[in-house]
Amino acid sequence: MIGPAIDRRALLGGFAGFTAATLPRTTRAAPLPLVEVAPGLFVHVGVHQDFSPGNRGGIANLALIVGGEAVAVVDAGGSPAQARDFLEAIAARTDRPVRHAILTHHHPDHVMGAAVFRAIGARIWGHARLEAALLDRFTTYRAAMERLLGAAIAGAEPVPVEESVAVETPRRVDLGGRVLELRAWPTAHTDCDLTVLDTATGTLIAGDLLFLERIPVIDGSLLGWLRVMDELARIPARLVVPGHGPASAPWPEALASQRRYLEDLAAAVRRAIARGRSLSTLLAEPPPAGDWLLSSDDHPRNITAAYKELEWE
Amino acid sequence: MSPLPFARRRLLVTTGGFVAASLVRPALAQSQWDVLRELLFENRPVQDGTGLIELETPTRAHDAALVEVAVKALVPQTPERYIRAIHLLIDRNPAPRAAVFKLTPATGSASITTRIRVNEYTPVRAVAETDDGALFMVERFVKASGGCSAPASKDKEAAYARLGKMKLLEPERFRTGEPNELRLLISHPQYSGMQIDQLTRNWIPADHLETIRITWNGEPLVEVEADISLSEDPLLGFHLQPEGPGELRVEAADIKGRRFVQSWQLGLGS
Ligand SMILES: [Zn+2]
Repeated sequence: MIGPAIDRRALLGGFAGFTAATLPRTTRAAPLPLVEVAPGLFVHVGVHQDFSPGNRGGIANLALIVGGEAVAVVDAGGSPAQARDFLEAIAARTDRPVRHAILTHHHPDHVMGAAVFRAIGARIWGHARLEAALLDRFTTYRAAMERLLGAAIAGAEPVPVEESVAVETPRRVDLGGRVLELRAWPTAHTDCDLTVLDTATGTLIAGDLLFLERIPVIDGSLLGWLRVMDELARIPARLVVPGHGPASAPWPEALASQRRYLEDLAAAVRRAIARGRSLSTLLAEPPPAGDWLLSSDDHPRNITAAYKELEWE
Repeated sequence: MSPLPFARRRLLVTTGGFVAASLVRPALAQSQWDVLRELLFENRPVQDGTGLIELETPTRAHDAALVEVAVKALVPQTPERYIRAIHLLIDRNPAPRAAVFKLTPATGSASITTRIRVNEYTPVRAVAETDDGALFMVERFVKASGGCSAPASKDKEAAYARLGKMKLLEPERFRTGEPNELRLLISHPQYSGMQIDQLTRNWIPADHLETIRITWNGEPLVEVEADISLSEDPLLGFHLQPEGPGELRVEAADIKGRRFVQSWQLGLGS
C-alpha cells in the first residue's frame, strides 16, 4: 500500500504501473515542479506519456505569469487533481491572486482542470470557437478520461469562456505593469488555437501550435497549420514555451523541427495521392516519422488526416 | 495533444435499430451476428467465404471516422459466374449495414474499397452474394471507437459548399479487356444524426448518400446502397473491364432527395 506521504514527483516521473486502485484518494500531493524560464514566468513541464492514473493527465506544459497585481495561468492541466497541485505550486511562489486562466485550445490535457481555476474566481479566456468546441466534446472527453485517469478526473466540468478572442482581434490582459497579448488563430493544430505573448520578457506561450520532442498532432488542418507557422514566426519573441516539450526554447528557431515534419508529411502524402496510392497502402508503408516521441499512434493518425485534407486539392 | 477517438457507448447503444432488435430476445442469448444475419438474410445459409473473397481492414484504426476497408475478390467476374453483391456489415454500429455494392460482370473484378465509421470495437464482415444467390462471408475484428458521433470535420457551411462534388481517380494506364481500378470520391458530409452542431448546439439531422449508380456506356456497372456508416466524403473503389473507350456516368442521390450527376470519357487517347 502506498502511503499518503507519497511523493507526487515520483509519480509524475514515473508511470503507468500505478493504477487508481493503488492511489489513496486522500493523497495530498506535493506542488507541481515549476521552472522559471524568464523573470516571473514559470513553466510546469508535462511528461511525454499517454494518459494514465499515474500522470493524472499531466502531459502538457502549463505556464504561470506573475504580474504586479495578479497572476495568469496558461492552460489548466489535464485533471482537477493536477490543477489543484498547480494551485499549490502557485501559492508557494506568489500571494497575488490568479485572476486569469487562459486556455490555448480544447484538448483535455490542457483544459480538464479549468473548473478548479474558475472556482477560485479566475476569468476564463479562450479562442472565440473554444466554448463550442469544449461543449461539443466534453462528454466524450470526460468519459474517456474517467477510464484513463480514474479518480483524478473527479470534479471536471465544462467552463464558460467569459473572455473570447477573435481571430482578427488580439486582446490584452494587464496583470499590473505586465501585459499579455492574446492572439487567436485560423484552423491549425485545432480550430481554436490561441497564443499568449508575455511582452515584458518577450516570451511566446504557443500552446500546441508548437510541439517539440513529442510528435505534433493534426486535429485541425495541416496546410492551415503551416500557414499559421509562417505568421507565428513573425512574432517578435525571444523565447517560446511549447505545448509539449522542454520548458522553453529559442524563438523562432524552435519552429524548424515541426515545420520539417509537417512539410515532409504533406509532400509524402501528396506524392502518394498523385501516384494513386490508397490511404491503406500508404499506412501499410508509411513515410518515416523521424525521431519524434509517441509517434506509433499519432503518426498514422496524422497521415490519415493529411490524406483526407489533401486528396481534394 | 490528440483528439480522443472514444465512444459514447452508453448513449449510442440505445439508438441503433439493431440493438433494439437484440433486446427483444435476450433469453436466446444470440450473438449480435446471429440477429443481424436473420434480419438481413433471413434463413439463407451463409457459408465461409475464404477462397472467394478477402477482407482487408486495419486491426486498429487511427481515425474511427475514417477506416479504409477493401474487399478483394479472388475470382474474376464473368457472365457465367460472378459476385452480384457485396454486403459490408459492421456488427456494433448503430446502423450495422454500412453498404451493399451491387456488381455486374462488366466490372471484371468484384473487388471494392471504401471508408467506414466504426463506433466501437466490432467485427466487420463482408458477405458476397453470388449470381446464384448463395452467400459467402469473411470477417475481421476492428479496434476503433467513436466514429459515428465524432464531430464533423468542417463547419456545416463549408461542408455543404462542396456538396456533391466528385473526383475520379483513374489508373495511370487504361487497359481494355482487363479490370481497371477506379476510385471515386463524392463530397458529402454524411451526417449520421449523432453529431452536434457546434454553433446551434442542436443535433445535426442525418443527411447522407442513399444510392450511387454507376453506368458504363449506359449499362449498369455498380450500384451502391449507402448508409451513415460510410465516412464523410465517401470513397468508392471499384473495377471496370472495358472493351474500348466509353463514358462512365455516376448518379448519386442522398436522403434529402438531392441528385448529383457527373460523367467522364475514359480510354480515349490510349
Ligand atoms: Zn492539443
